Amino acid sequence: MSELLQFLFSGLTVGAVYALVALGFTIIYNASDVVNFAQGEFVMLGGMITWFAYQAGLPLPLAALVAILATAALGVTLNKLAIEPARGAPVVSLIIITIGASVFIQGAAQQVFDKQIHSFPAFSGDTPLRVLEATIQPQSLWVIGGALVVFVGLWLFFTRTLIGRAVLATSNNRLAAQLVGINTNFVMTLSFALSAGIGALAGVLATPITLTAYNVGIGFALKGFAGAMLGGMGNPKGALVGGFLIGLIEALTAGYLSSTYKEAVAFVVILLVLFFMPQGLFGSKSTERV
Amino acid sequence: MPRLSAKSATLLVLAALVVVSPLFFPSGYYYRVGALIFVNGLAVTGIVILTGYAGQISLGHAGFAGIGGYACALAPVHLGLPPALAAVLGVLISGALAYLVGRPILRLKGYYLAVATLGFGILVSMVLNNERQLTGGPDGIIVPDLGLRGLLKDWGLNISNGEFWYFFCGIALLIGAWIALNLRQSPTGRALRALHGSEIAAQTVGIDVARLKLQAFVISAVYASVAGSLLALQNKFITPDVAGFMHSIEMVTMAVLGGAGSVLGAILGAGVLTLLPQVLTVFAEFEQLVLGLVMMLMMIFLREGLLPSLLRKLRGRDE
Repeated sequence: MSELLQFLFSGLTVGAVYALVALGFTIIYNASDVVNFAQGEFVMLGGMITWFAYQAGLPLPLAALVAILATAALGVTLNKLAIEPARGAPVVSLIIITIGASVFIQGAAQQVFDKQIHSFPAFSGDTPLRVLEATIQPQSLWVIGGALVVFVGLWLFFTRTLIGRAVLATSNNRLAAQLVGINTNFVMTLSFALSAGIGALAGVLATPITLTAYNVGIGFALKGFAGAMLGGMGNPKGALVGGFLIGLIEALTAGYLSSTYKEAVAFVVILLVLFFMPQGLFGSKSTERV
Repeated sequence: MPRLSAKSATLLVLAALVVVSPLFFPSGYYYRVGALIFVNGLAVTGIVILTGYAGQISLGHAGFAGIGGYACALAPVHLGLPPALAAVLGVLISGALAYLVGRPILRLKGYYLAVATLGFGILVSMVLNNERQLTGGPDGIIVPDLGLRGLLKDWGLNISNGEFWYFFCGIALLIGAWIALNLRQSPTGRALRALHGSEIAAQTVGIDVARLKLQAFVISAVYASVAGSLLALQNKFITPDVAGFMHSIEMVTMAVLGGAGSVLGAILGAGVLTLLPQVLTVFAEFEQLVLGLVMMLMMIFLREGLLPSLLRKLRGRDE
């Protein structure tokens, strides 16, 4: 029993990271119909930039802030330089652009930073908290809390603010949004900044537990996507639930089956979802406009 | 002057390249480089069928190359198959897996194939790295000799190992290109290109879109598998790198650089990106940077790829 609880805790922790990545996917997907394969690199950059800023002598909170802002700026740059010029391109071209961006950012991180594995101290110490018969790291609570706060924040943003509703309107119908005076280019910029910032935040929160290196991004992208798909592509609630579920399945697989092949979970889930419920848990059936 | 069909012209150019290039080789080492280009060209021809014709993308094709390669390493030892039959076994396994993975996915939007193949590639490379007892793990494993060169020697044709693999892979590439070009002009190929243009339009004229995409995916997996087998047999050694994510990315980049819609263009892309690390030794350090940049730049500025854009420009001047 305590064993199961322990696995659940670790599942919720990584699941929170996947949920944040899935939310990042969802924001960009909704605003532009683009699946941004570089989403995982934002997580990597969040961790790596924080580590280097921290090494350079900045206090940890400031280093984290620098990392999040820098990554958000990079997200905006990616949109301006690579996504916007290819507007209207076939899906395959957009996939190649974003996967190319992902590979490029990895290559750049190798040069600008290094190829080592890094970590920085947990925010509230390393003394595990006892919960029932299991223990949980304080940092896990930061990660899980972070995912929930971001989700609620996004929900408020999209339902209660004018700009947030403009984003929703754009994702519903770009042309109609333009006609009522919404600056859709600004909406795109905002979506990429938000999505990259959230990815970086996930990297900042998770690095004390999961460690970071230049090449961790693609794994996060795969799992975050699996989460977003399980929940129903484009649905924020689905992204949150899907991300947590992927984390839980992965942790249980690692605990009871094989820790090596826990990495296969995301792939198997993607296949099963596609086989049995392509709309995901919360998705609505979509039709394609001609 | 009677005009050559594009198909014959492509095949002629390729055959001429295979035969004439050795005249300019400064050393025997270039036979090996040439053979590598042909192997990569073969794999990329598969990408042409998938991406150029059918408009789908795979980010895990190296997984199939890995299966083809390790089939040649493992089947002779564990099943007693001769290496050539082992390669055929690799093709069967790759094709079957592509069918199983592709069937549910190809009904949906393009993203799903990209993600699922990404996961598939990572999975294959993970199995190859972790099942040490079977695959030798990250250190790789020895691959038995194909034995064909010995056979040729018995028949009185004595050529060096480098020359043998150069021409063997060159012939394989020619056959692969011939099949791909024939496919392009067949009803299947026309239907594939129709669905590339618009899936919905293709559907309304009665094309079974999902089935066709699946066919293209399976065929391209077979190409990757054969290329993996050729690489393994040629090197007499194979490591899990052949199935790695970066190898998949290399294949896609080669195709989009030269032109994913053109067999000759894609092979040109394979040639450039295979030669580059041989000429520039620092390339290895910056490989990811360069590949990522090439992918983005080509898709933004020259979506058709180098060769088709160049040809279009030349034709424009003629008229």
